Amino acid sequence: MSQTLFEKIWNAHVVAQEPDSPAVLYIDLHLVHEVTSPQAFDGLRTRGIRVRRPDRTFATMDHGIPTTPRDLPILDELAAKQIAQLEKNCAEFGVTLYGLHSAPDKMGIVHVIGPELGLTQPGMTIVCGDSHTSTHGAFGALAFGIGTSEVEMVLATQCLLQRKPKTMQVQIDGVLQKGVTAKDIILALIARYGVGAGTGHVFEYTGAAIRRLSMEERMTICNMSIEGGARAGLIAPDDTTFEYMAGREYAPKGPAWDKALARWRTLPSDPGARYDATLTLDAGALEPMVTFGTNPGMGIGITGRVPDPAKTPDLSARNALSKALAYMDLKPNQPLLGQPIDVVFIGSCTNSRITDLRLAASVLKGRKVNPRVRAMVVPGSAQVKRQAEAEGLDRIFKEAGAEWREAGCSMCIAMNGDQLAPGQYAVSTSNRNFEGRQGKGGRTFLASPLTAAASAVAGAVADPRTLIQ
Amino acid sequence: MNQFTTLTSKIVPLPNENVDTDQIIPARFLKVTDKKGLGDNLFADWRYDADGSPRADFVLNRPEMQGRQILLAGDNFGCGSSREHAPWALVGYGFRAVISTSFADIFRNNSLKNGLLPIVVDKDTHQQLFSLVQEDPNTTLAIDLAAQTVTLPDGRRVAFSIDHFSKTCLLNGVDEIGYVLNLRDKIEAFERIHEG
Ligand code: SF4
Repeated sequence: MSQTLFEKIWNAHVVAQEPDSPAVLYIDLHLVHEVTSPQAFDGLRTRGIRVRRPDRTFATMDHGIPTTPRDLPILDELAAKQIAQLEKNCAEFGVTLYGLHSAPDKMGIVHVIGPELGLTQPGMTIVCGDSHTSTHGAFGALAFGIGTSEVEMVLATQCLLQRKPKTMQVQIDGVLQKGVTAKDIILALIARYGVGAGTGHVFEYTGAAIRRLSMEERMTICNMSIEGGARAGLIAPDDTTFEYMAGREYAPKGPAWDKALARWRTLPSDPGARYDATLTLDAGALEPMVTFGTNPGMGIGITGRVPDPAKTPDLSARNALSKALAYMDLKPNQPLLGQPIDVVFIGSCTNSRITDLRLAASVLKGRKVNPRVRAMVVPGSAQVKRQAEAEGLDRIFKEAGAEWREAGCSMCIAMNGDQLAPGQYAVSTSNRNFEGRQGKGGRTFLASPLTAAASAVAGAVADPRTLIQ
Repeated sequence: MNQFTTLTSKIVPLPNENVDTDQIIPARFLKVTDKKGLGDNLFADWRYDADGSPRADFVLNRPEMQGRQILLAGDNFGCGSSREHAPWALVGYGFRAVISTSFADIFRNNSLKNGLLPIVVDKDTHQQLFSLVQEDPNTTLAIDLAAQTVTLPDGRRVAFSIDHFSKTCLLNGVDEIGYVLNLRDKIEAFERIHEG
């Protein structure tokens, strides 16, 4: 029987399956961060049990961590307490922690460091108490976010109770035009099909446009699967994947590598494998995308106009649109190009890797950030930061007038003091434009690193194609 | 874990679609190491003004809404972040059931683990429920998990589906982690085969 990539991974991880019950699924890799884990470790203490597989469990601190120089103290008492609690929990339960004190040179956003360290590998099941765990699906791993009760279950048993999701093929063909990126593909997909399209499903991205993408671009796409309602997004591993992985710290070496490679090559979906549903997108027809509203599905091509609620037939969609435009203080039918902005945020697990920073730097090189704009560049990890500095990207950013920060989630979730003021507009390379996501009352336009950098220069939402050769 | 058997309550209507967990509990309230007090900050940015005073126009602040345990929500409720703080806040506030046309997957799982029953109804029933509440804000529903029904004031019963496992766990207050811990032999056998 032909099987999909998803079915192959799923079937290889079922520990037990009772009729009428969810499967007991074995978890190969459990990533942990400071915000969604404290209550789970407390649960273990209450039960008087240990972490079953500390060797499969890795922690970092990213959500609440300041992005100011590392020698400064953490001023937010609650954040400091949460971080100290993670250190205590990891020490007590024997979990490897990439933290401020234990490994400052390797810490970073959990979904950036997993792949970077070679922890993320094809065919694995990977979970983390974080919805953007879908990122790791770029390697052909079944990776999804879980809640804190489930974090406790995985810590305790290395297993998870899971109902088998359905599969949805997302076929993306066509050749991207200049100035259009992986971020624009995923924003366009969600704009077309909506934020609930993937509910109950796992996406598998297929097609020529996906095959041409680098690993970092694939991670950008899989990262936002959850914004399309799918808990996980998969891309079949290929030579691009294996080249990226070779030599990474936790990647298999020598004969173990050859053995792993042979196994990984059997993972892609078989010809004729069936999906429960299919979506399609022509990447060649896309222009850079930007969101105008308060969910990631409210997006348009950058030369487009804000939709008009009066022309939206469905009542609840019309109400949602009116409410979003009121929050964003935008008018129906207005263009977004030229909309003045206050902040540009380049970072987050969607777009903070080295290729993202190179794209942003390619626009900012020899240019200046508009004086009305605060531009922040926040690398996804300490390793990305060092790499960028080795390439001189930090100098390009600083000379342009942008802030060059330490690694962390930063203004993506605005828990660490990096935040918008009420009413401010930001062009952000992150993944969520929910009300207040980047600071209470703040207004977010999601876009690619190219568009964010071009907008920083213009002081307004700008089309990057006018600035690149 | 919290048990759920039956519930009779009036309804808090919140028709907004795609309510994300950042609205249910904003990120700045996630800097906690326990589950206490989250209910006070449920829907904080819709519920309170900048100075912390309750906004009269938000449904939870209407005097007649106090103490109601059923939330009637718009489509795709609970999307976005995986934070279990969302159901903790809903339960902390006093909700025991949410009715919608669909729920985001992670939110649904998190709710079931906290004795918060997510009930999916079809679009027509959903519309009817909102109309009922509009006509009579004191409309009372009776939820019976064992029978998998919601009974409307006129005696009509709407059936809802829930998988057998979740239902059993909720009815009996089963500890799912305890259940999987008991499968230790199977887990060990799996590890032996796969790690050879
Ligand atoms: S960067 Fe943003 S989306 Fe990614 S893990 Fe951090 S807070 Fe979550």
